[in-house]
Amino acid sequence: MNGGDEAGRLVRPFTLTGGRTRPARGDFTLITMVTAVDPQPAGGTRPQPEHARILKLCAKPIVVAELATGLDLPVSVVTIMLCDLLEAGRISVRQPSMISRTPDLDLLKKVRDGLGRL
Amino acid sequence: MAGSDPTPQATSAPDAVKILIAGGFGVGKTTMVGSVSEIVPLRTEEPLTTASLGVDDLDGIPEKQATTVALDFGRISIGQDLVLYLFGTPGQQRFWFMWNDLAIGALGAVVLVDVRRPESSFAAIDFFERRGIPFVIGVNGFHGEHPYEPDDIREALALPEHMPVLLFDARERTSCRDVLIALLDQLIAASAR
Ligand SMILES: Nc1nc2c(ncn2[C@@H]2O[C@H](COP(=O)(O)OP(=O)(O)OP(=O)(O)O)[C@@H](O)[C@H]2O)c(=O)[nH]1
Ligand SMILES: [Mg+2]
Repeated sequence: MNGGDEAGRLVRPFTLTGGRTRPARGDFTLITMVTAVDPQPAGGTRPQPEHARILKLCAKPIVVAELATGLDLPVSVVTIMLCDLLEAGRISVRQPSMISRTPDLDLLKKVRDGLGRL
Repeated sequence: MAGSDPTPQATSAPDAVKILIAGGFGVGKTTMVGSVSEIVPLRTEEPLTTASLGVDDLDGIPEKQATTVALDFGRISIGQDLVLYLFGTPGQQRFWFMWNDLAIGALGAVVLVDVRRPESSFAAIDFFERRGIPFVIGVNGFHGEHPYEPDDIREALALPEHMPVLLFDARERTSCRDVLIALLDQLIAASAR
């Protein structure tokens, strides 16, 4: 979608849970939490303006859907840029726990109690 | 240099869960998301190419190679380390292929029913039933009126007896909250069994 992204990619090995060597778009769901790594890794190329915008927005944890809204870009485009940033070691991600397992009673009760307090 | 990289998995970030707000066209999904969300409902636009739409699905999209589909969503913070997101599913039938993606990792769904035309939510009910995704029915009384009892709605939509059917008002925050609580109660009961 954005040809300029290629140049910004750092070729650097990294491990993501599951042993894959490159982040894929599938690593990001709408509610995957993204956080800028602080401090940012030294060296490497300077982030492109759009990548820098993302890093600013995810100084505090934010989900992909909210990032897309904040950037006014489609989720699919944002996801591609997040792959670059993850590969460059500039962001960390937290997958929603529901993706990998069935919900536990504690989680459900926590949500239930939280709603009760609204 | 590579060895000093931090692990990409952040454990300090909050966990996120989601609930889908589904139902037919114009049943009040966006209204409900807006009523309970702590933020104004956010919207993201996703361009769809002919490839992602599939050739057969292009009926009704005159001479267009791509279209956009909007997703509405809202947020409810549950304490410091947990956030609940509500996603309104796209109402138009031609976007229903997106529901599969949206449903991944969802706790469950609320299927909204417009009391004046319950049949418009039939397909949504079918979708969640087939996939075994837990849901409850929220009957949106437009103008706040509820001429039917939950049993009438159950019968009209051929729902099982135990299916929670709640009469509510999508414009009222507490009313929407109670529908969400009913879903959670059902999930808790099911997981305790
Ligand atoms: N009077 C009344 N109007 C309502 C109620 N709920 C929704 N509306 C109105 O009905 C219209 C449709 O509601 P939406 O919330 O946009 O419905 P939706 O399900 O998001 O519609 P689509 O996304 O287009 O499928 C809007 O004009 C709302 O203001 C209600 O409880 N009472
Ligand atoms: Mg809507």
